[in-house]
Amino acid sequence: MSSAAFVLIAILTLAAALAAATLQNLMHAALSFAVALVGVAAFFFLLGAEFVGLVLVFVYIGAVAVLIVFTILLTRRDVGNDRGANWGGAFLAVAVFGGLAWAVFKTQSIAIGAPHIRTLTVKRIGEALMTSYVWPLQCVGLLLTAALIGALVLVMEEKR
Amino acid sequence: MPAPAWVVQIVSSFVKIFVLLAVFLTLFALMSVLERKILGRIQNRYGPNRVGPFGLLQPVADGIKMLIKEDIVPARADKLLHFLAPILIAAAAILALGVIPYGRNMTPFTIDGGILFFFAVGSTTELAVFMAGWGSNNKFSMLGAMRAIAQMISYELPLIITVLPVVMVVGSLTPDRIVAAQAGYTLGLVPRWFVFTPWGATAFILFFVSGLVESNRTPFDVPEGESEIVAGHMTEYSGFKYATFFLAEYLGMFAITGLAATLFLGGWHSPLSALEFIPSYVWFFAKLSALLLVYIWLRGTLPRTRIDQIMNFAWKFMLPMSFTCVIAAAVWHYAGRGLRGWLWSFVVIAIVYTALSMLLDTQRKFAPRTYRFAE
Repeated sequence: MSSAAFVLIAILTLAAALAAATLQNLMHAALSFAVALVGVAAFFFLLGAEFVGLVLVFVYIGAVAVLIVFTILLTRRDVGNDRGANWGGAFLAVAVFGGLAWAVFKTQSIAIGAPHIRTLTVKRIGEALMTSYVWPLQCVGLLLTAALIGALVLVMEEKR
Repeated sequence: MPAPAWVVQIVSSFVKIFVLLAVFLTLFALMSVLERKILGRIQNRYGPNRVGPFGLLQPVADGIKMLIKEDIVPARADKLLHFLAPILIAAAAILALGVIPYGRNMTPFTIDGGILFFFAVGSTTELAVFMAGWGSNNKFSMLGAMRAIAQMISYELPLIITVLPVVMVVGSLTPDRIVAAQAGYTLGLVPRWFVFTPWGATAFILFFVSGLVESNRTPFDVPEGESEIVAGHMTEYSGFKYATFFLAEYLGMFAITGLAATLFLGGWHSPLSALEFIPSYVWFFAKLSALLLVYIWLRGTLPRTRIDQIMNFAWKFMLPMSFTCVIAAAVWHYAGRGLRGWLWSFVVIAIVYTALSMLLDTQRKFAPRTYRFAE
């Protein structure tokens, strides 16, 4: 049953990702990008990593997708019809794919049994974040605070 | 011969979904007629009283009317997004209802990070509102959607941060564990609900106000503002699609008040140990109804606030206060969770509240507004 679910989600995710890359209407592309992210979150759910999946939905659908949509809306005069293929981007994509495929095929496969993993609970993630990864966490916090202050400075009223 | 496990799983899921929809659609119908009756009484008139006894069949008549109305789609609208937006917004509201414990062993879907699931699903509402506003290809719709997203994103911060103290004190993101942590009675009389601690009471009020904003209810209903932008993102919707928006708004209200009852009002626990013989779900729905009545009461009494007032209130008052709740909960925990902790956390909240009201200068005399325009 879980393999059938995997195939279904994979088809959905790939179709949405393809749509995001090829659709002419920029807004449709942004929204299909959001659908692709939902698909990725569904993969995490399927793997039992609920927390990661939920955070993915939370951050990427709730914040990043809204941000992208707003950016498109505020920067473009005509949202529809962005014609012309981006050949540089296509070349880069093919190059990255080729490099990764070469690396994958070059790697010798090691036959090991799947290790027994304890279920990933929210509590364990919290413990890891607060003990071994406390410095990266603090750094990210500092960065986000700086970004918040920067945004405030940008919109602050100039004194005349 | 017992059925295979996957059949059991699928069938039980369908049963849960069916019950959830049946209960909450009925509650929606009841709530819509009750709201109109109570609003009528507040405004010194009768409200609907023609269809059925006491106008109770009014929602049925409304539903039939909505179903047979013509579905108008503007010629220049984005057909796909215009169609998908109401579906997505209703789906998000229904999903959020799935993780709330309605009674003893009555959580429809137990998820390890249930609280997180609630907010993750809720955050997709913003995208749906945007789809409705942009897909309609109408200036009113776009303005309404912009306002809706601005206030929803701003109030999502206090909404989530006020949940943090509860999660910290319980040490779990599972709604069942949070309800279980509020069992029992201090001195056999006062229930151990979080609303009876200083940080809990403050967080509850902040959560309730943020919930009002998230469900675009009256003091904060500028996205719909009938007098200026017609109905905001719902301007171009008619017939059943409009009804779906209406439904989603009410389901969202049920979800947010249900979560408020779960987090702060002890979920399905009874207020007195002598009343524990009454089934747990009765208590839950009693608390839910009490909160919903406050929603209706507020709608009948408060005027609409301005959008700049709403945003100022969010960033200058709600956000610092919700951070204070987190600190006060930590103080309460480290001072031993007893009377001493109660007093210390009360002192923390009182100091910050007084400082904030002095800083924000709430006693300021009224002066002409200064306007600023984008360059």
